[in-house]
Amino acid sequence: MATMLQFPSSVSTLNDYNALYPDWTQREVSTGTTIMAVEFDGGVVMGADSRTTTGAYIANRVTDKLTPIHERIFCCRSGSAADTQAIADAVTYQLGFHSIELDEAPLVQTAASLFRDMCYRYREELMAGIIVAGWDRRRGGQVYTVPVGGMMTRQPVSVGGSGSSYIYGFVDSNYKPAMSKEECLKFTAEALTLAMERDGSSGGVVRLAVISEQGVERQVILGNQLPKFSTV
Amino acid sequence: MALSYVLEPAVSGFNFENSTRNIVLENGSEEGKIKAPKPMKTGTTIAGVVYKVTRISKLDNLATSDEVVADKMCAKIHYIAPNIYCCGAGTAADTEKTTDMLSSNLTIFSMNSGRNPRVVMAVNILQDMLFRYRGMIGAHLILGGVDCTGSHLYTVGPYGSIDKVPYLAMGSGKLPAMGILEDRFKGNMDLEEAKALVSDAIHAGIMSDLGSGNNIDLCVITKEGVDYIRPHRESIYNYKRQAKYKYKPGTTPVLTKTVNQLELELVHETVQMMETAGSS
Repeated sequence: MATMLQFPSSVSTLNDYNALYPDWTQREVSTGTTIMAVEFDGGVVMGADSRTTTGAYIANRVTDKLTPIHERIFCCRSGSAADTQAIADAVTYQLGFHSIELDEAPLVQTAASLFRDMCYRYREELMAGIIVAGWDRRRGGQVYTVPVGGMMTRQPVSVGGSGSSYIYGFVDSNYKPAMSKEECLKFTAEALTLAMERDGSSGGVVRLAVISEQGVERQVILGNQLPKFSTV
Repeated sequence: MALSYVLEPAVSGFNFENSTRNIVLENGSEEGKIKAPKPMKTGTTIAGVVYKVTRISKLDNLATSDEVVADKMCAKIHYIAPNIYCCGAGTAADTEKTTDMLSSNLTIFSMNSGRNPRVVMAVNILQDMLFRYRGMIGAHLILGGVDCTGSHLYTVGPYGSIDKVPYLAMGSGKLPAMGILEDRFKGNMDLEEAKALVSDAIHAGIMSDLGSGNNIDLCVITKEGVDYIRPHRESIYNYKRQAKYKYKPGTTPVLTKTVNQLELELVHETVQMMETAGSS
């Protein structure tokens, strides 16, 4: 049944003798993950790992967790894969409709509010932690975080997912306001690498996206090209 | 009002009409409890590969119910549309019904719009439906096909999550099958190479997984058409029954025969006139 997969249950199924129907046939698909977004002057940098797990099996090692919601608004998804995909689809539709009615590009705050409304209203049924980030003309680059439970708050830098616990220290000590785009990219890549090294549910490649007035630039850093640290 | 080619979602919420009946059956009768039948699972290996322009999907033939093999010649590649086929792992009934429903809806769409459906459309319909049922429908599906935008391979999980990938294996035998695919998959393989790869992947699943077995079916989908090879490779174990197990009538002697007449009392009688009267 749907279980909380950010912190794998203590009823470990590694020693499960029900070998005919192994653990991952009963578990839900989870993006136990590391996601991150940083604001800079002129836009945002978003990053995510690429691992989707069903219990102990990696269902997809090249997942794209940076989902476009609108032309200059993306979201990073963590939690249950099915729930976050469904929410993202619903919000994409609602935001697209809203944007057509308004006849202009929607605000990032609007997108974040739509996510928040859905995550809060259905908080009992959903398992979704989402970071919404993008660029709009009114307020420039913005990052809003909508964690499990349905809170919404704007932060200059935000991390989420099961791997985020390992990098709060790194993020708090290394973040400086008014970083440039290149510094933000390096910061995000390093943070995600450190989380992927320590968290079993995060791994694969690092996917990055830069959203600014000019549009969206996407990059992938393959496993062997990730920044190297001395202890890992 | 829903148009005929739009998938009509069912009335919202679950229909639990039968659950009270099931509880009564399970706890009720004085002689003993009646156990609910276990759903038949297709312990299975299925795999799909996108090669060059097209895709292949393959699977084995076994359907199991706990440890008993329920159906040895089970067909696990389901037809969805002329250009889209779907492999199903998980609960056999769920995969059958889900794919049948999807196929019907897409046929109606094709008739209305005059086009072949796109793979992404099939995937979206499946995702909507499976998400609405919150994992209660145990269908782990690999959907693949070729449409005007190219060839695509998707997997749809029972909770409604989708992944788009170039190669994939699902089912209880997916671990060994995935091992073979990870080792030998390359982009832009040609047909024979791809067929051999998927065949070997399923073979690994059959050898290493108790829930998979028997023959290997293969389905190659290209822009020109579909090649459904059933079976592609047959099981090397050919079972021949050792003896006849049919008994002639009269084998078991009847010792006594009692007939109990049930006393029925007519309690209530109603007559309902049907509106079949012609012009009077």
